[in-house]
Amino acid sequence: MKSSSFARALKTGVNSLLLHKLRSLLTTLGVLFGTASVISMLAIGEGASYEAQEQIKQLGSQNVILRSIKPPEDPNQGERTSRVIVYGLKDEDLKRIEETFPAVKQVVPIRQLHKEMSFRNRAMAARVQATRPLYQELTGRVVWEGRFITQEDERTLNTVCVLGTEVARYLFPLETSLGKRVKVGGDYFKVVGTLAPRVRLSDDPAVPGEDLTGEVFLPYETARKWYGKLQVKRRAGGRDMEEVDLHEIIIEVDHPENVTVVASAAREMLSRFHQKKDYEVVVPLELLLRAERTKEIFNIVLGSIAGISLLVGGIGIMNVMLATVTERTREIGIRRALGAKRRHIVMQFLVETVCLSVGGGLVGVAVGLLIPYIVQEAADMPTIVTPTAPILAFGISAGVGVLFGIYPAWRAADMDPVEALRHE
Amino acid sequence: MNRAVAELIEVERIYRMGAEKVHALDRVSFRVERGEYWSVMGASGSGKSTLLNVMGCLDRPTKGSYRLAERDTGVMDDDELSELRSRKLGFIFQSYNLIPQLDVLENIMVPLFYQDEPPVDGLERAESLARRTGLADRMRHKPSELSGGQQQRVAIARALVNDPELILADEATGNLDSQTAEEILDLFDELWREGKTLVFVTHETHVAARASHVLRMRDGQIEEIEVRERAKEIQGRPATEATC
Ligand SMILES: Nc1ncnc2c1ncn2[C@@H]1O[C@H](COP(=O)(O)OP(=O)(O)O)[C@@H](O)[C@H]1O
Ligand SMILES: [Mg+2]
Repeated sequence: MKSSSFARALKTGVNSLLLHKLRSLLTTLGVLFGTASVISMLAIGEGASYEAQEQIKQLGSQNVILRSIKPPEDPNQGERTSRVIVYGLKDEDLKRIEETFPAVKQVVPIRQLHKEMSFRNRAMAARVQATRPLYQELTGRVVWEGRFITQEDERTLNTVCVLGTEVARYLFPLETSLGKRVKVGGDYFKVVGTLAPRVRLSDDPAVPGEDLTGEVFLPYETARKWYGKLQVKRRAGGRDMEEVDLHEIIIEVDHPENVTVVASAAREMLSRFHQKKDYEVVVPLELLLRAERTKEIFNIVLGSIAGISLLVGGIGIMNVMLATVTERTREIGIRRALGAKRRHIVMQFLVETVCLSVGGGLVGVAVGLLIPYIVQEAADMPTIVTPTAPILAFGISAGVGVLFGIYPAWRAADMDPVEALRHE
Repeated sequence: MNRAVAELIEVERIYRMGAEKVHALDRVSFRVERGEYWSVMGASGSGKSTLLNVMGCLDRPTKGSYRLAERDTGVMDDDELSELRSRKLGFIFQSYNLIPQLDVLENIMVPLFYQDEPPVDGLERAESLARRTGLADRMRHKPSELSGGQQQRVAIARALVNDPELILADEATGNLDSQTAEEILDLFDELWREGKTLVFVTHETHVAARASHVLRMRDGQIEEIEVRERAKEIQGRPATEATC
């Protein structure tokens, strides 16, 4: 087909669409929303899974994390004013892992203390973690100023601490915290370092229901000596005493392929030595795989929804085009009588359908790029528009036009000229 | 003998209505030579329109053969017939059949759009034909802004734009008042005198009176072919004009 005759078909098509502006507009809405939803849902999905995967990666994909969980309370002892609850990971668990587990590179225990951090007249609740120097390496934390806990601190039971960004910023808004003596609960510790900020883990199961934002790190042995195992927690109507050996054990596995082996060994060992399920085993690698699988499912669901909405849009267009063909039967007859070949008629109506769907697709791309932006601004949800998404969506909308345009165009071209001319 | 523009040999067109067969055309044979002005007459339902459709390559004979411009149309496919229509034929219909969204000039040019190799001077041709048919001040008007007579003039201009071998008109004055009809018929006369070949369907005797040949139909068959006085005028013309 010559370019001039295509240009004429395009002009004719656009003109006849402009003749029925409202109808054309309504017809394109299906494809418009289909395209927009593909792009915006992809962007939101991509953003959500990116955040989830980042969080998981921060846990260390080569790590296996064991955590203590407070078991559900017995209802019959709920009214007592004071009690001691013993639960969680034991020192023996740590020892067994260190001594008997295969494929383990390093192990780090963590104890959590619920203490208030204060400096002069500023104070904040903090997540105080007592841990070993290896912690920094295992979790990939970056030292901002000063240093992290050292073997020397452990050996000599130094009363030093390392502050997380939030705590450091809150307690020392104007000056450096290095070398200052801060109060952890009632005791003075010297600040030897601060850590670089990192994305906050939004739903950390280790601290259910507690609003601890900032982190503070103490040498493991120092904390053990100063604070022991028992912790007091105030609650309505009395006090709770909790006895927990370890809140968390991070195991670094020597090779990624051994992660599952170590994880199942840990699960088996813990279930053998714990009567109650007062622990959990978090395997970031498994979470990562699950997140990827979730994303895959999400993409399939998304693809189906997008496919259906584009299908509906396409059917809408086809419906209108069939009506248009019937409406213009006589015109088709005239054109055929004056020498139009079948392909000219096909081209004329196909161009019209593709104009509708491409028009809808273009506006849909614009709307589809706008929605993620609005979502990000308004709902504070991260969104990622990959460059393939608009191209894909636009290509599909054009494809829909061709696909659903073929039948009406064929119907038009296949009309008997004499019959068509007689049509009123 | 003059060259045959259209030649029908034993043409039949049978419509099947369930078990019943309708012979819209029944063994019709005749030839139209260059420069002739044929008038086809007959009662309603006698097969005039069917005949014109066959001659215009819009319909194929059920039996028999039809040759247009010395080519057998029976062996041609749909595309070839379409090309033939856009190059060799001019159609004028009773109800004008202009395309409503196109203006006068665009309507006149439509047959050229569909030629495999459209002429480059299409617009100039359309403009000169519009002037010739008295539409000089209406060139950019839409059909809905024109009177019936003006619309039919556009249709005539459109039928001439491809310089056709044969012009076919089906009751072309049927929708017009007698005054306008006369003007249109005068235009046909003028075309004929220029050497065009015309086949004109009508049921009015005074319209048929202008033709060189009158073909009367009845029940799909040829009842009579009358060669009239005017046919002699064709012989009197210089040969150059007859082969233009
Ligand atoms: N599409 C068709 N289907 C069935 N019969 C038809 C069809 N077209 C025409 N006919 C029949 O063929 C005969 C000739 O019709 P037509 O050529 O239209 O006559 P005229 O133009 O002389 O009035 C009529 O009997 C008509 O009923
Ligand atoms: Mg008729």
